[in-house]
This record gives sequence, C-alpha cells and structure tokens, in this order.
Amino acid sequence: MSAPARPAPVTNLADGEWHRLHPASPLLRGGLVFIAVLGFVIANLRERAVDLLLPVFAPEADEELGPRYDEWQSDWVNDPIGGVVSHGLVGWALLALAVVIVAVIIGFWMSWRMHTFRVTREAVEVRRGILFRSHRSARLDRIQGINVSRPLFARLFGTAKLEVSVAGQSGNVELSYLGSSLADGLRADILRLASGVRAERAAADAAAREATAPSQAAPAAAATAAAAATIDAVVAPAGTGARPDGTGDGAPAAPGTVEPGAAPAGPARQAVGARAGALVNQRVDEFLAPELDPDLAPPESVVHLPIPRVIGSTVLGGSTIWAAILIAIIAVGVSTGQTWVLFSFVPAAIGLVSYMWSRITKSLRYSIAGTPDGVRIGHGLLSTGNQTIPPGRIHAIEATQWVFWRPFGWWSIRINVAGHSVANSNEAAQRTTVLPVGTVADVHRVLALLLPDAAAEVDPLVGAGLTGRGAGAGFSSTPRRAVWLRPFSWRRIGWAAADGVALIRRGALVRSLTLVPLARMQSVAVSAGPIDRTLRLSALRLHTVTGPVSAVLPVVDRDEASVLFERLADEAVARAASDTTHHWGALPGGAPDAG
Amino acid sequence: MPEPEGAHVPDDAWRRVSPKYIVVEVVGSLIGMVVFVGGLVVVHLLWQPWWALWAAGAVALVSIVGIALEPRRVRSIRYRLRDDDLLFRRGIMFQRQVAVPYGRMQLIDITRGPVARALGLAELKFVTAAAATAVTVPGIPMEEADRLRDELVALAETRRAGL
Repeated sequence: MSAPARPAPVTNLADGEWHRLHPASPLLRGGLVFIAVLGFVIANLRERAVDLLLPVFAPEADEELGPRYDEWQSDWVNDPIGGVVSHGLVGWALLALAVVIVAVIIGFWMSWRMHTFRVTREAVEVRRGILFRSHRSARLDRIQGINVSRPLFARLFGTAKLEVSVAGQSGNVELSYLGSSLADGLRADILRLASGVRAERAAADAAAREATAPSQAAPAAAATAAAAATIDAVVAPAGTGARPDGTGDGAPAAPGTVEPGAAPAGPARQAVGARAGALVNQRVDEFLAPELDPDLAPPESVVHLPIPRVIGSTVLGGSTIWAAILIAIIAVGVSTGQTWVLFSFVPAAIGLVSYMWSRITKSLRYSIAGTPDGVRIGHGLLSTGNQTIPPGRIHAIEATQWVFWRPFGWWSIRINVAGHSVANSNEAAQRTTVLPVGTVADVHRVLALLLPDAAAEVDPLVGAGLTGRGAGAGFSSTPRRAVWLRPFSWRRIGWAAADGVALIRRGALVRSLTLVPLARMQSVAVSAGPIDRTLRLSALRLHTVTGPVSAVLPVVDRDEASVLFERLADEAVARAASDTTHHWGALPGGAPDAG
Repeated sequence: MPEPEGAHVPDDAWRRVSPKYIVVEVVGSLIGMVVFVGGLVVVHLLWQPWWALWAAGAVALVSIVGIALEPRRVRSIRYRLRDDDLLFRRGIMFQRQVAVPYGRMQLIDITRGPVARALGLAELKFVTAAAATAVTVPGIPMEEADRLRDELVALAETRRAGL
C-alpha cells in the first residue's frame, strides 16, 4: 500500500483505500432543509431588522418608532426579536445562535468525516454514522445495477449520487454525494472490477480516462501526479486488507480524501479568479452537456424520443381516463353546488397532473445505449439520472402497447431486475421502465441491447410477437376452445422459444410480449382449475424475481403445457449452469461489445 | 462443474406426505368452522336476523364437505426429487405443479405448527428469488424434514447459480 503523506486530490476512488464523499454532501443530504429554514426565518425578520437598524442610521425617525418599541416589549410570541432587544438579551441571543450554528457545522463535519467508503476487488463498502456506526458491504458479483443520479441542487454543486443496487430489499449502497466526474469514473471502475477484467486493463483504461476527462477542481500538475499514484495503487496487488476494518475511528489519517481546497500545490495558487471562472464554465458545460457522453456509447444504438411523442403518449396513456373521470366528477360537483367534491377530488387531480408532468420531464433527454459493461439508461431534464445494468441482470422483459397507442405504433418496455425495491414505487417504476415510449424499430433495438447474446435468434420472432395472431412465424397457436376463457385475446396467446429465451405473446386490448431469459428463471408452474380441465387447457407461469413483469401463458393445450413445462424446467437448469454473465468481462471471447 | 460426492439425488420417485397430515388439516378446518359458526350463532342470539342461522348452516356444510375431501386433498400433495430440480404438485380441483431447480433455492425453512408438532410433523418451505414460487411441502416427519433439508441444501450448494 503506497500511502502518500500529502493529501492529494483523488482522481481514482476505486483503489481499495477508504475515501470520503464530497465535502458538500451533508449540506446536500440534509442541509438544504436547514438552509431553507434559515432563509425563511431571515426573510421574516428582515422587516424587523430594518426597523431595528433604522434608528442607528436615521436617528430622526426614532420618534415614530417609539410606540412600536412598547408593543414589542409585550409581544414575545409574535416578536421574539423585539422582546430580546428590549430586555437587553441581544448578547445571549447571538451566543445561542452562534452555538447552534457551530453545532450544526460540527455535526455536518463529523458526519462527513465519519462517512467513508472503499471499493475493493470483492466489494463496495461504506462506513457511516457518528454515534451508531454502520458498515455495509455489497459484493461486486452480486451487483444488479448502478445508478448515478443528479438532483437539481446536486447538479448546481457539480455533484452526483451513486447508488449500487444489490439483490434484496433495501440493500442498496448509496454514495451521496460525489464529485460529478468522479462518480462516473467510480461507476466505470466498479463495473470493471465486477466484470473480472484484469487489473492491467483497468489501469490502462484509468490512464486513458485521466487523459480525456480531467477531474474537476484539481490543478493540472497535481492531477497528473495523482494519476500516476492511483495507477500504482490499481496495479499494486490488492493491498486492500492492510487497514483493519475494526478500527472504526473514521480513519483520520486516511490518505486521499477529496479535499479540493487543501491541495498545497504552490503553482495552483496563482490566478484564483481564473480558476473560479473555469469552475463556473465547467458547471455550465456540465449542465448543458447531453445526458449521455457520446464517447461512452456508439451513437447508432441510442434510441431517441421526440418530445411530441413523449407528450402524446402521456396524454393518450391510461392516466388520461382517470383525468377525464376526475374532471367529470369535479364539473358535476361544481355545477350542482356540491363544494365538498372540490375538497376531495381536487388534490387527486393535482396528483394526477403532477404524475403526468413528472412522466414527461423524466422521459425527456432519454437515452439508452449498450456499453461494454451493460445497458445504460439515462433520463431527466433538470434532475438527471442514469442507470447501468450489467449483463445478465435482467430477469424478464415485457413490451406492452395500450390500446390508445395502437394507431401510433407506440410501445413501452419494462423489465424485472432483482433488488429494485418495491418500497418506493415511483422510483421503482422509473427504474424498471427501460423504454417509456418507442416505435417498433425502437423495440427491436432495445431488445437487442437487453438480450445481446440471444438477439440474433430472438429478433425475427419479435415482429410476430408484438402484433401477430394465430399460429406461424415461430409462435404456437392456442386451441379454439380457449375462446371460452379468453374471448378476445385467445388468438394472440402463444409462445415461442429461441436460444434460451422464452417468448410469451398475449393480450388484445393491451398487447404484450414477455421475454424471459431461462438462465435466470427461478421456477416454473403449470396449473389448471376445474374449467381449464373440462376444456383440456392449462395455464403456465414462469416465476422470475419480483417486478412489474409477470410471465404468464394464460391458456395452452394441456398436453402441450406438460411438454413445455418439462422443456422449460430442463432448459432452465442447463442454461443456468452454463451462464457466466456474473463475470461478464472474464469471458474468453472478451466483453460482449455493443459496438 | 465437478460434483462432490454425497451430493447425489437420493431417490427419484414421487413421494407423498404423511397421512397424519390429514389430522392437521382437519383440526384447522374444524377450528375455522367452530369460530365462524359460533360467531353466527352469537349474532343470531343477539339480534336474530333471519340469515344468521342459514349462514351458519351453510358454513358448517361447506366445512364438512371440505373435511370429507381432506384425505383426497392431502393424498394429492406429492413431491419428487429429480436430478436437477424439485417437482411439487398438489390440488384436486385446482391442480398446480411447480419445478424448482436446486440451484435456485435461496433458503429452506422448516416450520411447525402446534398440531403438527404434536404429531411429529414439519413443513418444508422452499424460498427462491421469486415470490411466486411458493412451494411448501407440509406433513413431513420431523427427522425426515431435517434430513431432506440438509440434502437439499447440499444439492443447492453444488448446483449454485447466480440470481
């Protein structure tokens, strides 16, 4: 372990050492509330402060204020400042204020100081907490996805939140906040480590990244020095265990903290103004830059969502029906003079509008691209976010088309991924929606990204799967007697299999095509109720991890179902045994390159 | 992958659960019936609505039919340890058959209710990453349940797959 004595600005966070978050993190996490409260108080006291200071600068106004001083003395509740002033407690009040501010600052500083993380070859670990310490570690080969999100305020500070999701509810490791470019670098490093690629390649890539993307707020001379140091650290055989975990003292001497101001490099002191200007320019550039760095992904794989389509699809979405119902109820209520209707339904209407608005803004600047380390999905206008799903983490895919979208040929794609908690439903819905709205061509492109290995065999089936009916084009047909159970959609119901992927097609009003990679299917069930059995039919269900997609073949001929059941059960075992995607980079053929 | 010795599949045949499990189910149904019928009788005595006794009779009838079918229902519960997966089936009216690959088992739970414990029975629950798998084999003698769990955990270990 090469421990540099001087605190150099760190440019590589994945070197196995303990690192700290961005110094503004406590402020961004909880401090914004504090600032808001402070601002509120100041705004309310401004008038009073002007009144107080007026006699000092304009003594002739004193006579007018005389009576108001008397009011203040008696009104503690509405005017604590006046009470303080008139009782001669100004010193104490200022002292109390100073104590509170100092306590908050110390609290922030302590929480920043005690919040450290490191990325080793096996896991991402986070230690945090002042009184109650916690130590959380996420194994790299269990990583289900990495999200980098940049809420509006964090973007103003040039920071980003990095979230490593692992399988299991609320098992996410959250690093909030990091420097914006550091977060991108760290994501790339974690994915590279998880992919099992050799360290040399990682070091080479790190050096290349240093050359192309200079880290923010780091003087150029120090940056190159640090780059050399960190590459040493990467190449050095995992000296990660050198610091015992049990110390738990916040590692005051931990090298390489992210302290932009503390760099003692002499030459950097010159032209502070120029540096500040450069910083502002960089922020503005970051703000205006496309969500997806064009260098990261081949541009032809990116799906573009025109704004009219986003708006149109939202307006024609299922929520429109609810909006119409709500407006009708409110209109009827108002016209008949039932005012209670307003109170009970207007909040719902506001909620609906805000939902539609957030759907539109989140779909703007949408991008999806295949990178060597997985599918990368980005979105957001003001608050941006992006998510990288490594290969082999997608358990089910569903393309759906709501009936109003049919004239336009629009589809949306959702996926099941392990560990995306059901708790925060809005966020979960955001993360499981891979394609908010797209054309058939977009569906083909996105499916090719999501199933890179099977794309060649699956692709010919997709067309029939999306809109086809009846037998043919690789899909099975459903016997006519199923009309008793599925009067509208029986002709569409069918299944196909291609290269370890099961395709299920169903739905007439809401068309749907479900794809399940058998290597990740958890179990399979065939069931039949009394009506099914009199019609010699069965239902088949492929169990995957919890998510918005459920892979169900609602009616299928009974004999066919039992054959299919055996086939799926066998193939699931075989595919799972040969699946090596958890160390995708270590494949003999190299990384599945999307380009 | 190389398979260690001792992780072979014990016996590839359909197995039934212990007939004693019928008692567990019957006791459960009886308790449910007594609670419902008792509640309805109390309603009848207090307010005397016309439907209370009819409802009580209907509940009792349905429960008795259910109890009469219990032996067949329990006989329909079967499981089979195949080379790479566990097959489980149950149901006479609503039949269901599930195949769970050993490598997909995340954990195996043994639970015992009071009646089952008195009869020396246990319930084996297989948990995968999918909530819908829902495979619970009831009515296994306690020592066999322990043995089966250890065997299946060993099998799961040799055939471990990712998520």
